[in-house]
Order: sequence, then C-alpha cells, then structure tokens
Amino acid sequence: MQIVIIGNGIAGVSAAIRIRELKPDWRITLVSGESDYHYSRPALMYVFMGHMRYADCKPYEDSFWEERRLERLRDWVTAIDVDKKRLYLARHDELAYDRLLIATGSKTNRFGWPGQDLRGVQGLYDLMDLRLLYENTKDCEQAIVVGGGLIGIELAEMLHSRGIHVRFLVREASYWDNILPAGESEMINALIRRHGFGLELETELAEIVDDGRGCACAVRTKDGRRFDCQLVGLTAGVSPNVAVVSGTAIDVGRGVLVDTGFHTSVDDVFAAGDCAEIRADGAERTLIQQVWYTGKAQGIHAGEIMADGAGSYDPGIWYNSAKFLSLEYQTYGEVNRAVDGEESLYWEDRDRMLACRIVHVAGRVIGFNFMGLRARHRVCERWIAQRRTVEYVLDHLEECNFDPEFSRRHERQMKVSLRAQLFAAGANA
Amino acid sequence: MIDPQQLAYDYDEERLGFEEPPRVAAPSIADGQRVGVFLLALGLLSLAIQLSSGKLLGSWLGFLAAALPLATGALLFIWYGYTGSEAGIQNDGIHFSAAKSRGWIGWALGIAITGFYVALYWYPDSMSAAVRWVDPLARSISGSAADRWFLYGFLYTMAVLIFGARMMLRYRHNQYEQLRTLSVGFFQLGLAFVLPQLLKAFQQPEHYFTYFWPLKPEYLYPWKVKELLAMPGGVGVFMFAFSATMTAVVTPVLTYYFGKRWYCSWVCGCGGLAETLGDPWRQLSSKSTLSWKIERGIIYSVLGLVVLTTLVLWINAQSSGRLFAGFSGRLAAWYGFYIGALFSGVIGVGFYPILGSRVWCRFGCPMAAILGILQRFFSRFRITTNGDQCMSCGNCSTYCEMGIDVRAYAQSGKNIVRSSCVGCGICAAVCPRGVLKLENGADFRDRYPESDRPLDAMLAAIRAAKPYE
Repeated sequence: MQIVIIGNGIAGVSAAIRIRELKPDWRITLVSGESDYHYSRPALMYVFMGHMRYADCKPYEDSFWEERRLERLRDWVTAIDVDKKRLYLARHDELAYDRLLIATGSKTNRFGWPGQDLRGVQGLYDLMDLRLLYENTKDCEQAIVVGGGLIGIELAEMLHSRGIHVRFLVREASYWDNILPAGESEMINALIRRHGFGLELETELAEIVDDGRGCACAVRTKDGRRFDCQLVGLTAGVSPNVAVVSGTAIDVGRGVLVDTGFHTSVDDVFAAGDCAEIRADGAERTLIQQVWYTGKAQGIHAGEIMADGAGSYDPGIWYNSAKFLSLEYQTYGEVNRAVDGEESLYWEDRDRMLACRIVHVAGRVIGFNFMGLRARHRVCERWIAQRRTVEYVLDHLEECNFDPEFSRRHERQMKVSLRAQLFAAGANA
Repeated sequence: MIDPQQLAYDYDEERLGFEEPPRVAAPSIADGQRVGVFLLALGLLSLAIQLSSGKLLGSWLGFLAAALPLATGALLFIWYGYTGSEAGIQNDGIHFSAAKSRGWIGWALGIAITGFYVALYWYPDSMSAAVRWVDPLARSISGSAADRWFLYGFLYTMAVLIFGARMMLRYRHNQYEQLRTLSVGFFQLGLAFVLPQLLKAFQQPEHYFTYFWPLKPEYLYPWKVKELLAMPGGVGVFMFAFSATMTAVVTPVLTYYFGKRWYCSWVCGCGGLAETLGDPWRQLSSKSTLSWKIERGIIYSVLGLVVLTTLVLWINAQSSGRLFAGFSGRLAAWYGFYIGALFSGVIGVGFYPILGSRVWCRFGCPMAAILGILQRFFSRFRITTNGDQCMSCGNCSTYCEMGIDVRAYAQSGKNIVRSSCVGCGICAAVCPRGVLKLENGADFRDRYPESDRPLDAMLAAIRAAKPYE
C-alpha cells in the first residue's frame, strides 16, 4: 500500500506518524515543496526574532524520519489525476498512490485590494513568506499590518524587534473583537499602544500605493488617510489552500469537502487540517478549523481512518492559546459565540494585565478566557464537559491554576469580584 | 491554479538556515549603560595599572579603586539594559549575538575564562599580584592573608551576585526565577564564601556547608573524616555529621519531595554560577540523542569513579595501608586533578560560551548523577504538560541548559521526568503557550506509565536507546 501525503505541516505529519504506528509495512511518502523536514509553523516568528535557529523549530530529529521509514520528497504537486491515481510533480516524475491525503494548509487572504500584488506586500504563513520578509524588511522603516488577529500581532512583534515602526489597520472597533469579548480586546488595544505600535481602529484599507517602480510606498484608508510605509503585512485571516485540487473531480467548497471520516468525494482521497471543510451528515454548517491543535487532531484522526480505522471526527471541547506580545491568552469551550442565553462573569486587573472570564448558560459553565493567567487544560475541559455550576467552579478555582510556582495568586480577588457579579445578576433576574 | 512563483521556490533552509534579518538601526544603548561601560573600563584600567605596577596593591584604596567601579559599572549596565523594556521573555536576537551564539566574542570569552582557570590551577605565580589585590578583604574576614583560592572565591561570588541581579531583572515577571536566584546568591555569599573564611578566623577548618560527597568527595575520605573527628571541641564532629547526614539522609528525602532542583538550582555553587553567569549561554547545550548518550556514559562513569576512589581509600585506611598502598592516594589525586579541577573548572566553566552553561552539571557531576537517579525513579517532582496545548515551537528545548528535548515530551502530552533536569524552570518561563509547569505532585507514582514500579522503570531506562522512550 502506497500512502502519499501532500504537505508536511502538522496535519500531514500527524497523519503519517499515526499510519506508521498502525501499519508498519505500508509505504508512506510526504511531498512538500516548502521544506525538507517538518517544522513548527508557529515558531517561524522566533526564528526571525533570533530566539531560535531554524534547526530548533523542527519538532523531530532528522533521524526520526528514516527510523520510521517516512519518505520525504521535496517537490510541488502540480496536478492530481484521480482516475489513474497519480500525482504530477514540478521537478520529479509522476508519483502513484493507493491512498492520498491532501494536507495543503492555508493561504493568506487577499480581498482584491488595489496594489495587493505590489512588491513589499505579503502575508505570513510559510517559509516562502519568511524568506520574502527578509527581502521586504531591507530599507524598511515603517510597516502597515492589515487585520487584527493572531498572525498580525506576531508579524508586528517580529518587525518591531528589528526596529521597524508598525501601525495596525483594524476594521473592527477593537482588536480581534470578533473573537474576544470587549474586556480582553481592550486590554490588547492598551498593550499594543504601550508597546509603541500605531493602532488605527475602524479603519479599512482602500488601496496600497505604488511608488512607480512596482513597490508599495504607502496605504490609503477608506476614510481618506494615507500612511507611508515600505512593507504591508496582510493578516486578515487565511483560507484553505485548494489550488492543487482545482480541475479534479474532488468536490471543493471553501475548502476540500470531506465527511467526518476525512473522505473527499473521490475514493481513496482524503483531506485534513486547514485545507479541509468538514460536512457532517445532516449538519447545516460546515466546519473549517485553522489552528495548530486542530491540524494535529484532524491529522491523527485522518491517519487512523486511512489505515483502515473507523470512527468519525469529534472536534471535542474547543481550546486555543496565543501570546500577544508579552501577554498570554488561553481559551476553553465557548466564549463570545452568541450561544443562546450566554452570560459571563469577568474579572480583570488592568495594571497587571490579568483577566479571567467564565461564560455560562443559566448558571452552567460553557467556556473560559484567561489573559496573563495559565489555566489547567484538563480541569477546564472537565468542568465544561460535566456542565459544572458557576458556584462549583468558583469554589474550586485554585484547581485550575497552572501558573509557575510562587506566582502571585489572584483567586481571592477573582472570587470576590465574580461572586458579586453573580449575586447582582441573580438579584436582577 | 498553482502560483508559478511558489513552484519556483526551492530555498535550501537546511544548509543555509535563516540569517539575521535587516534592521533599521543598531539598538541605541541607554545613557545609564554608557556610564556603566565607562565605569567598567575605569575599573579594568585601575586593576591593570595596579597589577602591572604593584602600586596600591594590598591596600583598601587599591582594592576599592578597582572593585567599586567594576561592580557598579556592571550593575548599571545590567539595570539600564532591562529597565527600558517591558517585563517578559527577552530573547530577541540571542542567536544573532556574537557573544551568545558562538561568535567571535563567545570564543574570546571562552578562551579568556579557560585561560584564567589554567593560570589559577597550574601557574599560581601568575596570580600573585591579583591575590594581593583582594588581600585587604581576606584579612578583614578571616584575619589571614589572601591566597589564590580566596581570589577565586571572591570573583566567583561576585559573578553569582552581579549576574544574579541580571536574572532578577530579566525574570522580574517570574517569582520562581527570582526566588531561586536569591537562594543561590544567599548560599554562595553566606555559606560558600563568608562562612568558610569566618571559620578560618576562628582557627577552624575551612568547611563548605553547601557541598557534600560526592561533589566534594574528600568530605567522606578517611583522612578528612579522621582529621575532623580528631578535632577538639564539637566542631569537627558536627562538620562530619553534617556532611554525612546531608549525603545519606537529607539528599534523598528532599529529592523525594522536591526533585533534584532543591540542590542543583537553589543551593549548589556550581549550579549558582551556571544559573547566573552562565545564563546567556544556556541555549548552546546540544539536544541531540548522541549528546544524551555521551552524557550517560560520562556522568555515570564519574560517579563510579568517585565511589571507587572513596572505597579504595577506606580499604587502604582500614587495612592500615597494606591494601592499595600508593594506588589509593594516586587515584584520589588523579580524580581531584582531572575531574575536580580540569573537568569541573576548566571545561565546566571555561566552556560556558561554547557548550552551554551546565557542561559540568550535565556530563560530569557525580552529585547530579545520584540526585538524577533519585529524581527519575523516586521523586514527586515532574514537569507537567498542559493537556494538548503544545504547538512544538521548541523554545523549551532551545533554552534547556541540560540539553533535554523538552518538546519531545510536551508535544506528545507526556510529563517530563528526566534524571538530568535541574528544575531551573526556564522551559516553563519561555513557553509562549503556558504548557509547562514544574510541580511536586502528591505522589511519585502518577508521573509516567510504570513510575509506580521504579525498579522496572530503571531497567527499562537503562535499555532505552532514546531518552524519551
């Protein structure tokens, strides 16, 4: 059995490792034109900032791949022939497969802005983008970052570490407020300004101005302002990278359409990770998950199915984490998702940049947000799964603390404040 | 349609890596740091003039004329290097730094520190002027003239304190790091520097209450034990009883409850220097499986050697010198020279800027070997991985001074229970997703599968070809 996996990101690699665990004698080949070995995408910022060398962001020693007989092919797939079960490659001969996994990840969103293809305009997703950033930061003093999300703030931090002034253009009224509730979002606004970045809220990009030689030299906003810059970072989200699938019989929606077993519309072709759009039987909405953790979970699950396993993908209780400059953020369950009857208790210490939010429906906990505080994943997950009451969670708040030993503890203040809110809400009801 | 630009991409990231990116302008150095550099230069100049001309040497004026500007200069440089920045992880540019990533400054520093150790151990005459420089301080504490070991202790303690101040600022958002730094500073200054000198002042043997067998093997050598027990008054007996109890009772008990870190990164002087002066180079330790194999081979050999040496000395002593006559003494001298001096000093500290800050602790220290065995199989200590939150970035492994591939555990959701972990806590500090936490659990049996059967786990560990298997 020949397994071929397009893409050596976390989804593809997780699938490969899982298939090898289950099928010791199958042939497994990972094809990627991006890098020889799998590396951690979220670590690219640390390579640029000099925290790590590129070699340090490879999660496995090079010998790992030979030991597990996971073959690596450095090439781009240009086309798939699903009838002949063959891949066409840019530099090598065609490659036959018995089962194929498409794990091609995402690409940067470009919403048709005038000037979006000028030199000096880029996203930040893969090694090609990182290489491009080296070119684009030459003689760059001012940069504009379009879009307020996780990649945007990482790009800003990277540029800032090289002495480049960064200004954000954010369409929303507050940073990342489509995901974060007002309190947390405002905390990040304050943090961004404290670091000396420009933050233009409710500002939309109208066009990127050409300096006459094909390079970006400024941006113009929809409200008529102009900001000079030598680099424009496009970080208004990513979308599934489906280029390799186009023109085949494989069904594509926003991403490669799959069922909860990661089967595409074509036999023996699977898709997982950022590029997959999951359509559960009978479900109204499809699911596209584009974070590291879901890439890993989907990859492992797809690998199991490809190795003749059974079962359907259950996304489980959502979690995610990030670091905004020096501020850590963790989220569990459902926060700010417009769930019916959703209410929340919120404590913050703005001076110390700490916050905790407990989201509940009729007194039963459904989600948590933590800023500047570390929480225990398994405890939060259990509380949500067991539908614990807010009172129970407040009584046991210490159990979920994951801060380093001897850290200043805040449970007392948190409990006083959150219980008062709970009492006030009860009194109003 | 596949982007033709993408199809053309074939950068060889393995061979070429990613160099330092362009930057707008060199980072400006704060005015306070300029003053610091000026004072450092002034102190060095003053010291150089004194050492070459002999003028003022041996006087308080001479001592202070160099020591004060050097210490205040260093502190000012450190203070203003950190106070301008936000609290948080400060690792920007470490791998572009000529001093911190084996550039020319790193090599020059490595050669200079190694040279200092070579001069100290084998060319004591070259140190005589410098010894006279610290003489007034020695006389004021111990009442007797300075020797080269006093000079060494003074410089060592100053390094721990000054670079300890750097750690306090660098990790001002992390109380674990701060407390740990205060602790090593206290033990180095109080118990490893001032107290031995005070003991000397009271005509007692110079005893270090922070070092025990087998790191300080002579404390259980027969001649030392006899010397202590023969001393009038209870002091010698106390010293012997203290050392023996620390080795036999306190070490296993504390390690059971807190892991090896209670000693290695809270008390020990070698650890203290590594965690302060050595901190800028922690990322240089190799994380390869090969280096782990070398580590295992050497550290347990040194442990075997020190056990053997001690046994042979005792057999020799108990047989009134009949057995192992001559050999036992030669073995002890050989151990003292090659392991105690050459390995722990010259290589252990001199190679900080090349191999990382814990070369001795990782590859050589027999105390670390014993503490490690206890920690791996009989301790409540573990580094907990927070659910599935690891995103394999590798900051933890990069900044592990002991060369542990922390990420290998974290990305598969396992706790980290490794004999070599000294519990410095930096992996947890640099983790951008808050995935790691150093903890003393309520039990030692819930740390990894089979940890409830320590002897089986030990056999499995001996057979393992990879540290994380």
